[in-house]
Amino acid sequence: MRMKFFAALGFTVAMGSALMVFATPPPAGSGSITGKVTYTGTPMKMKPIDMSKEPSCAKQHATPITTENVATGQGNTLEWVVVYISAGDEGTTTPSQGVRYDQKGCQYLPHVLTMLAGQQLQIYNDDQTSHNIHPLAKVNQEWNKSQPPGSPPIDTKWDKPEFIAVKCNIHPWMHGYFAVLKTSHVSVTGEDGTFDIKGLAPGKYTVTAWQEQYGTKTQDVTVGAGAATANFVFTATPY
Amino acid sequence: MHETSASHAAHQHTAPTSFIRKHVFSLDHKVIGKQYYGLALLAVFIGMGLSWLMRLHLGWPAWPIPLLDKLSAVGAPSGVMTPEYYLSLMTMHGTIMVFFVLTNAPFAAFGNYFLPIQIGAEDMAFPRFNMMSFWTTFMAFLVMMAAFFVTDGPPISGWTAYAPLSAVGGDAGPGLKVGQTLWAISIAIFCIGSLLGALNFIATTLDLRTKGMSLARMPYCSWAWFVTSVIALLAFAVLLPACILLILDRTAGTSFFIPAGLVLSDKLQPHSGGSPLLWQHLFWFFGHPEVYIAILPSIGIVCHILPVFARKPLLGPRATVGCMIAIGFLSYMVWGHHMFVSGMNPFSATLFSVPTLFITVPATILTLLLLGSVYGAKMRFTSASLFCLGFISVFISGGISGFFLAQPSIDIYLHATYFVVAHFHFVMAVASLFGVFAGTYFWFPKMTGRMMNEALGKLHFWLTFIGVYAIFMPMHYLGLAGNVRRYSAFVDDYLIPLIPVHKFITIAALLTGAAQFIFLFNLIWSRFKGPIASENPWEATSLEWSTATPPPFDNFGGKHMVVYNGPNEYGVESRDGKDFIMQTSPEKAPAS
Amino acid sequence: MGKLFAVAVIVITLISVSFFVMHTWWMPVDISTTGPAIDHQLEETMTGSGLLFLAGQLVLGLFVWQASNKNPARKIKMFPGGASPLVAAAIILVGIEILTLTFVGTKAWGAVNLAPAAADSLHIDVQAEQFAFYFRYAGPDGQFGGLHPDKIDDGSGNYFGLDPANDVAARDDVVVGSLVIPVNRPILLSLHSKDVGHSFYVPELRIQQDFVPGIEIPVHFTATQTGKFEIVCTQLCGLGHYNMKAYLQVMSEPDYEQWLKSQEGQ
Ligand code: HEM
Ligand SMILES: [Cu+2]
Ligand SMILES: [Cu+2]
Repeated sequence: MRMKFFAALGFTVAMGSALMVFATPPPAGSGSITGKVTYTGTPMKMKPIDMSKEPSCAKQHATPITTENVATGQGNTLEWVVVYISAGDEGTTTPSQGVRYDQKGCQYLPHVLTMLAGQQLQIYNDDQTSHNIHPLAKVNQEWNKSQPPGSPPIDTKWDKPEFIAVKCNIHPWMHGYFAVLKTSHVSVTGEDGTFDIKGLAPGKYTVTAWQEQYGTKTQDVTVGAGAATANFVFTATPY
Repeated sequence: MHETSASHAAHQHTAPTSFIRKHVFSLDHKVIGKQYYGLALLAVFIGMGLSWLMRLHLGWPAWPIPLLDKLSAVGAPSGVMTPEYYLSLMTMHGTIMVFFVLTNAPFAAFGNYFLPIQIGAEDMAFPRFNMMSFWTTFMAFLVMMAAFFVTDGPPISGWTAYAPLSAVGGDAGPGLKVGQTLWAISIAIFCIGSLLGALNFIATTLDLRTKGMSLARMPYCSWAWFVTSVIALLAFAVLLPACILLILDRTAGTSFFIPAGLVLSDKLQPHSGGSPLLWQHLFWFFGHPEVYIAILPSIGIVCHILPVFARKPLLGPRATVGCMIAIGFLSYMVWGHHMFVSGMNPFSATLFSVPTLFITVPATILTLLLLGSVYGAKMRFTSASLFCLGFISVFISGGISGFFLAQPSIDIYLHATYFVVAHFHFVMAVASLFGVFAGTYFWFPKMTGRMMNEALGKLHFWLTFIGVYAIFMPMHYLGLAGNVRRYSAFVDDYLIPLIPVHKFITIAALLTGAAQFIFLFNLIWSRFKGPIASENPWEATSLEWSTATPPPFDNFGGKHMVVYNGPNEYGVESRDGKDFIMQTSPEKAPAS
Repeated sequence: MGKLFAVAVIVITLISVSFFVMHTWWMPVDISTTGPAIDHQLEETMTGSGLLFLAGQLVLGLFVWQASNKNPARKIKMFPGGASPLVAAAIILVGIEILTLTFVGTKAWGAVNLAPAAADSLHIDVQAEQFAFYFRYAGPDGQFGGLHPDKIDDGSGNYFGLDPANDVAARDDVVVGSLVIPVNRPILLSLHSKDVGHSFYVPELRIQQDFVPGIEIPVHFTATQTGKFEIVCTQLCGLGHYNMKAYLQVMSEPDYEQWLKSQEGQ
């Protein structure tokens, strides 16, 4: 009875917050910065993950998922690169709605989750097994706790901007990132390597691209009324 | 020296009048004994409550436990405990039980109250030390309890606190920050209290025996307390520095127990040169003797009480004392049997296995002598004597499984399984507690002036006796099937079929635990409403039954006791037509 | 009351013993060459100490039954012969039992822990970490790469801390999450831990060995049956201890070769 109630509650909250995220009106300004993140050289291989120790998760993946620290696509594109405005963007206020992070099939969804400092973060365990969520924060307060199956979402937030690695020790392959930023002008590249930062007022901005393995690259970009472009190229090594 | 220190203590001894000096910071060994008993009683109910929570979780892991989320919102969100909270409860259960129950109740509590009386002394040799031991122990208890309330959670590394898990701090997971440090501090404080207590017991036994109380005439529980305090002196003297080293590793950046090259929380740890095995050696050099600290006093208590109700002398009194000494001595040569698979040199396994198996010789002799004492007895079945008989039974059960674990080849399979949990609960936990129960039913009249209710006592015995077998016997089967201990849930394919056994054990544990409230009720009710006890209600021989009930402040009301006999004069025909002769009776016992 | 006690002790004893005798819960089938000696040792001990257990409890029950006789004319009886025969019996009987067990048991122990691994053993490297086991095969070059704790990175799957950039031997090392071995071939494992103490326990192999951080510990065995078994951690290692496990797959030699090929391809 009680379990069902929580499941229903969780679902409602989830749907609600998802809707709210999508329904957020874009902030003032109609300019944008778009572009592509690629690499040169030979990147590290995406290795298949051996989940055999957790059969309930392994069977959710018809083909094994792979490591995502360097996720590449066709045409030397890089996925999971966080591209955001690191300077020139004043006055972002923290939205009241939260962001959602899922543990599903012993994988973090999404692999990299962006949020604003102070924004509410809800962490769900959708699996039939316990996970421990261990954000390895250095600037913020580090913590580590388990979330048994069926327990309520963990409600938390981060006070200071930081790229925080997140891991599960019970399933050591589970490795992701919280990108805690000062700005809501951010976009994470998809498999095609593209990003699109919307809602910018005309002006001069510094744009930073952050990749978990390769670090950051910055560019200055001037935005007018339409779309400005900025491309980033990282140098990849095989090991 | 002998005479002066005794008379010195006597001169200082006037009864205090203020409430604080009488009941709180009392120098009177009897008050201190009761304080220890009270602390152990509080601790055992907390420990039992924790075992209930653990058992509930193991039987029905997905069930929310009512109110548990109120106790710890982090440890049990919505009432279902997290794996780390299970380990916290387990660590606290084991620690509270071993240190604050089994070291306190049979040894410090009863020993304090009755050792001086049994040897005819007015108090302990160092009453001020004695008061300090209790309050130090009490402080250790408070520090341990504080660990429940720290934000990162209580410690999770078990009562053995193996390094490096216990040493590297929060990088190894939740429950290893302040909680683990508090654990180490609490145990260090506890060691100090126990060392003071042990010294005091030794000095008292050696120096304050009254006229005629030769060592050979000392009651068996006094002997047990004496041997135990010698063991405790050596054991806690090793644990104390070990804990200090652990605290230093945790807080001062030293590396006694932490080697180089460890990666935790994705961080290369800034330590090098330490040895995890060093902690295991130090801990078990204390830890194995510790289990004898837990059990020897109860053996002594049973040897003391059984003859009273069997109405015949204990068989082989000298052999009994000899066995206690042998066990105490051997207990220092066997610590490695906890480490057969630890990675120490495999040749040393044999070295540790042989003395371990040798301990079974004195243990077997003790058991046979107790059995031989029951033979041909005219048994008076009281709550106290039933618990003595129950003790023999569970001591046999727990001792037998020792044969398995003492052998390295078998330990390869059984180590760290529920077989071990079954073994130590029987031989240490249950056996020792049976001694404490027997002692309580036996001595309560002397300590409070009132008798306990026998009907409730017997009910308590039956439920407990059957209950502990229902709880702990199946754990042997689990162990044989390879069920690993210290697991907060059973997710392995081969363990899932064993869950029904766990459910059975949980039900048995809940019922047996509930039966302990009968005991608690009896204790409290009898304290105020029990029938008034006479000076010697059980017709026993030792000195505590030669003085008023309860004993006056200086134990014998100014009289200097003179002892003429050993404690073993039962089943004789005394001049006044009784079947026993008091130790203080000038009547010479007939040579047997 | 005494008779009740006697009956209770005897009933409890018989129930307890019956489950042992019926093997209701028992060790799983043994699949190693060193296991039978251990099983034999355990069964001997079970018989010997089982009889002691039975005898002890039954005698206790019997004596208590007799001691409850309320006949007022009855006199107490001393144990015939006093303590000395009991002491002597205990020393001799238990002494013999101990010596035999030690003598025979040391062989069983030695086969597992004292005998050196066969020279042609298949060498597999094992890393334990909170809360999983990882296994490493040397790859086509037959060489293991060196271990560099500072290079450990779970995010990129570098659980061992290999340094392929500078260490050619490390490049073809095969790292997997289950232990796959050929049947009837001596296996040599090197156990080392990334963080805290763990243990390697396969009930079917009758093998249990701790991982000790800071040192490398060899373990050797030969599996005699194919199949899938569980490897579990038995040394308290933190919150995920209960779920620290991996599968052991014992395959026929050709299956194993094929599996290894497929892994080396990746
Ligand atoms: C109500 C009766 C009791 C029950 C149901 C009970 C149950 C348990 C359980 C379930 C465990 C954990 C086993 C595991 O997960 O490995 C445990 C551990 C332990 N218990 Fe008890 N117990 C009881 C009484 C006692 C007593 C009286 C003692 C006194 C010595 C004791 C000492 C210990 C110790 C030392 C441990 C080991 C903790 C560790 O692994 O660090 N228990 N008990
Ligand atoms: Cu996980
Ligand atoms: Cu482990």
